[in-house]
Parts: sequence; C-alpha cells; structure tokens
Amino acid sequence: MKKQLLIPFALLTCGAFAQTPSGHSILEKVDANMTSETSITTSKMIIHGRRVSRTIESRSWSTGADNAFTEYLAPARERGTKMLKLGDRLWMYSPDTDRTIQLSGHMLRQSVMGSDLSYEDMMDDPRLAQIYAAEIVGTEAVEERPCWVLQLTANEQDVAYQSRKLWVDQERYVPVREELYAKGGKLLKRINLSGFKRIDERWYPMRMVFKDMLKNGKGTEFIVATIEFNAEIPSHILTKAALRR
Amino acid sequence: MIRFLIKGLLRDRSRSLFPVMVVAIGVALTVLLQSWINGVMSDMIRSNANYSTGHIKLTTRAYAANEEQNPNDLALLDAGPLTDRLQKKYPGLHFVSRIRFGGLLDIPDEQGETREQAPVAGLGIDLLSPGSTEADRLNIRKSIIRGRMPEKPGEVLVSEDLARKLAVGPGRAATVLGSTMYGSMAMHNFTIVGTVRFGIAAMDRGAMVADLDDVRRMLDMEDTAAELLGYFDDGQYRDTAAVRIVAEVNAAVDNPTDEFAPVMRALRDQNDLAEYLDLAKNMTRIISGVFVVAMSIVLWNLGLIAGLRRYGEIGVRLAIGEQKGHIYCSMLLESVAVGLLGTLAGIAVGLIPAWYLQEYGVDIGAMMDNSSMMISSVMRAQITVQTFLIGFVPGLLSTVLGTALAGTGIYRRQTSQLFKELEV
Repeated sequence: MKKQLLIPFALLTCGAFAQTPSGHSILEKVDANMTSETSITTSKMIIHGRRVSRTIESRSWSTGADNAFTEYLAPARERGTKMLKLGDRLWMYSPDTDRTIQLSGHMLRQSVMGSDLSYEDMMDDPRLAQIYAAEIVGTEAVEERPCWVLQLTANEQDVAYQSRKLWVDQERYVPVREELYAKGGKLLKRINLSGFKRIDERWYPMRMVFKDMLKNGKGTEFIVATIEFNAEIPSHILTKAALRR
Repeated sequence: MIRFLIKGLLRDRSRSLFPVMVVAIGVALTVLLQSWINGVMSDMIRSNANYSTGHIKLTTRAYAANEEQNPNDLALLDAGPLTDRLQKKYPGLHFVSRIRFGGLLDIPDEQGETREQAPVAGLGIDLLSPGSTEADRLNIRKSIIRGRMPEKPGEVLVSEDLARKLAVGPGRAATVLGSTMYGSMAMHNFTIVGTVRFGIAAMDRGAMVADLDDVRRMLDMEDTAAELLGYFDDGQYRDTAAVRIVAEVNAAVDNPTDEFAPVMRALRDQNDLAEYLDLAKNMTRIISGVFVVAMSIVLWNLGLIAGLRRYGEIGVRLAIGEQKGHIYCSMLLESVAVGLLGTLAGIAVGLIPAWYLQEYGVDIGAMMDNSSMMISSVMRAQITVQTFLIGFVPGLLSTVLGTALAGTGIYRRQTSQLFKELEV
C-alpha cells in the first residue's frame, strides 16, 4: 500500500521540479526579453515632483549593456542636451554653455533631471544573468498573473544595486515588479512595469514607474513611445563628436 | 583714618603686596577668560548669523525640514513682493535673499574638455546691486586672497583651497553643473575673478560665491529665494525681539498644514543654537560667580592667615580700648583698598593677553578639516565694556567677603583674656 502511494507522489514531485526552471534560466529568459544588442528608443519621462510634474521627452541609442547616447527633445529648456555613456564614463553636453562635461564615479548614481532614475538606471541595460545569482524564493500573483519571486544577489562588488527582488511573469518571462537594494539591505528603489507589448519575438514593458525610496516625490513614469531592437546604429552616434553635432 | 590705613598697608607689605597680587592674578584670569569666551561665543553666533541663519530666517516649511540638503525645489516663490512686505512691516530689519546649491565645478582645458572637477557648495548672494551689504556682511572683500570682487554678471569667487585643488586662478573659465529648481540639469559658464579664504573650514573646503541673479538664472529660480534672511540694522542679534517677530509672522500664516507656506525661525531656533545662546548669556554671571566663590575661599584663608599673623596687633588694639566694630571696619576698608588696587592691576594685566588673542587669535584650522560647523577657524578673544567691568565686582566683592569672614574672629576675642594672651 505504501509503495502504491509513494510512486505517484514521487512522480508528482519529479514533475513539479521538471516544470520549475532554475533562477538562472528564468533570468536568461528575462534578459532575452529586456535586452538586445542594440536598441533605439523614443520615450517620455513624467517626473512627479512635490510641487509640479514635468514631462521630458528623449531619444536614445544603445549598444550592449554599457554604451548609450541620449538626446533630449522636449521641453525647450532641455532640448539639445545630450548624454553619452561609454562604459563607466558619462559625458553631458549642454547647448547653452557649449560645454561637454564628464561625469564618473558616484555622480553616475545621481538623479537624472530630478527624476527617480539615476544616470546608471537610465543608460545601463544590464544582463542580469551575468551579474546576479538568482534564487526562486516564492510565487505570487501580480495583477492576476502568476509570478516567480526571485532573489538576486550580485556576483561582483562594483554594481549599483547589490541585491534585487524580481517578480517575473511565469508565462511571458518579463519582470512586473522590481525592488532594488543597497549592500546593507536598504530598499533604494521600487519599479512597477506594465503595458507589456509583443515586439518581434519578445514581450516588453512600455510603461515603468520608478520610485526612489529615499526621495519624497511621487515617483517617475517612464513611458516608451517607440522601441526598435537590434536596429543598425551608425557608428558616429556613440562618439563624443556626436554630442556637439 | 583712610590715610592712616593706606600708610599701614604700604608700610606692611605682607598686608598689601601679597593680597593685591592674589586679587590681581584672579582678576587677570577672569578678564582673560571672559574676553576669550565672549570672543569665541560671539564669533560662533556672528558666523552662523552671517553665513547661515540670519538673525531671523524665512523659508518654506518643507525647506526648513530638509534644509541641510539645500532643497531648492522647495524654495519661496514671489520672493520680491514677500521681501517688500516684510521690510515694510519690520523697518528695523534688513531682509536679503539667498540661494545655496550643490554642484560640480568643472574646469575645461584648451579644447573645452573637462580638465579638473570637484564638488562645490555654492552660495548666491546679492553682490552686484548698488548699496548691497552682503559682501561686507560676509567680510568677502577683506578675505580675497587673489584677484578681485565680481563686478559684472558671470563672475564668481571660489575658496582659495578649492582653487588650489583645481589648479586655477583668477581669469579662468569654469562651468557649474547642478540641478534647477525643477530638477532639470543646470549648466552655467562662469569666470573665476578671485579666490577667498572665508576663515570657516566648512566653506574653505569647497565653496563658491556668485551673484544672486546669476544663480537664479542658472537654477531657473526667477523671483524665488531659498532663504530670506533678516538682520537687525545695527548688526547685533537681539534674541527677545527676534523671538517676538518670529511669533508674529508665524501666527499670521493662514494655512499651517501647507508644506510650502512660509515659516520663520529665529537664530536660536536653528543649528542647535538655543542652548548656546543661553549659555553665552549666562557665561559672564557664571564666570563671576565661580570667581567670587574661588577668590572668597582663597582670601578667606588669606584673611585667616593675616588674622593669625596680626593676632597680637589686634589684641593690643583691643586691649587699649579700640572697639571691635571699629577694628572690623578698618579691616574691611583695608580690604576695599586692596581689592580696588588688585582689580585695577588685574584688569590691566589681563587685558594684555586678551588684546593679543583678539588681534591674532589661535588658529584651530588644522583641527577642523572635516568640520561642517559655521565657526571661524581662528578663535579670537573679544574685549568689550563688560571685560573692563567684570573684574571689579568679583575682585572687590571676594576680597571684602574674605576679609569679612576672616574678621569675624575679632568678635570671638575676650577682653578678659587679652592681657593673659599678650603676656605670652
């Protein structure tokens, strides 16, 4: 009798393990959706400050995880401002001063245009599977969609967020919610992702709400108007010369 | 009688020289200590008022709550009309607008690329309006090490230490990178026209001073002020008046829950200065009190010793019929003379090192490398009218008190025993 009960139980258990992918494989699938070799994005950032809300429009070109070029399109005060990030160096160009200023180190973790995004948040496109070790710590439904809850711990020291908590849609393999933590375990940012759209073979969130937990504001909406993956980017765009052009 | 007593004092040095010296030393120490503490405390209050707190300060409630972060997004709007209203209501105060900001000071090379850069703590004050008192209030003119004062828009001063760190001097272009009031990126080109040593470690590390209108343009803060500072016209902080004005202004604010409503604070309500002010106010009394007690004990002992030494003399005077009260009074008069002389001498002696410390001070800059306090890195004494007067009360009082205590022994002497005692 015992044997008769044990066999189906063992089969069920094995089946369950076979169905649940590892944390690492989930992250790889998330990366496959969220990152690409190149991308060209037109976006709108709505910054909800304590006094006023502002909308900033920009167009970005990025290659790989660390290189990106952004040009601000609106409002008038920001138009023509450009940012270039190559590796861990970032240059900013302001048409008013006709100066190109380099930022590095901790400055990259400062807020972009008073938003809840840092320069790193804005311009990095991290491959999570390469940087973090992932462990599935549970399952949870978010917006009625079943999600895995992943605990990510950085494999290296020099990363903006030492650990992350990720809620990943079990069907689409996209993050729907993310919490970013400092080394000491302090929650730094919370991101809610929504408006998922099927683009080519991937799912991508067209709306992200960032909330810097250390700031008093009401958060920043990042809305993707258009996005092209693996598009050809002329080599001159990701150069310092393009800043003054 | 007085001439007789003075002659006695002058001829008997043990009754005059030693007590006068003791009183003089005590008074000199008191004068020095009072002028030093007065200088240090006044300097801290003055530095805080001039650079940071004003005698009163008006900001929004939200700004006041996060003041150390220079949250210019929470600045006061319509600063011009607001200043006019306050100026009209309180003509004895002078109101000025200021903006503090943090940013990056970037020095370009010949190609316009970043050559050096460093974080900078910026201060926007009215430098260019005719009749502006701000430069004098911050003693900037006298603090210039190289170059000159800004004379037109776009010219700035940087701290000498920062200039050396960035290897720049007057005439160099610099760009400030910061955030506008609305959080956008702010980049503005300036010309460094001078370097300054503020004498305050927190500012000497990395401050720049620009004209308020330039800062407003850079930070998109037209007709706004991060802080409205009010100063009494005579430059002296008056705590009672400041507290009264603050109560009046705050009571008149319509909406106490609006985080952008203005809130006024007196100097004592900022930078934890309340206890400090109370301490400064009572310091003279504390010093006088301690000195009176200490000197009284010393002079009481001195009086006792003198009494013992003059045991025979007093006995003879009693034996030949002098009244106890007369002897007691003559001793008190002697002590007044000794106290007066000692006090005058002590004031004169104490004023010499006090004057030296007032003029040259003690440089404690090396101990304040990481200090963020608004205090001068050169500690100085300050001689005031009180410095001249403080020695009199304890110098005279304690001498007389000591003698009065010691002299009570006279009344314990029994006339019937005197001749027996004098035979010995």
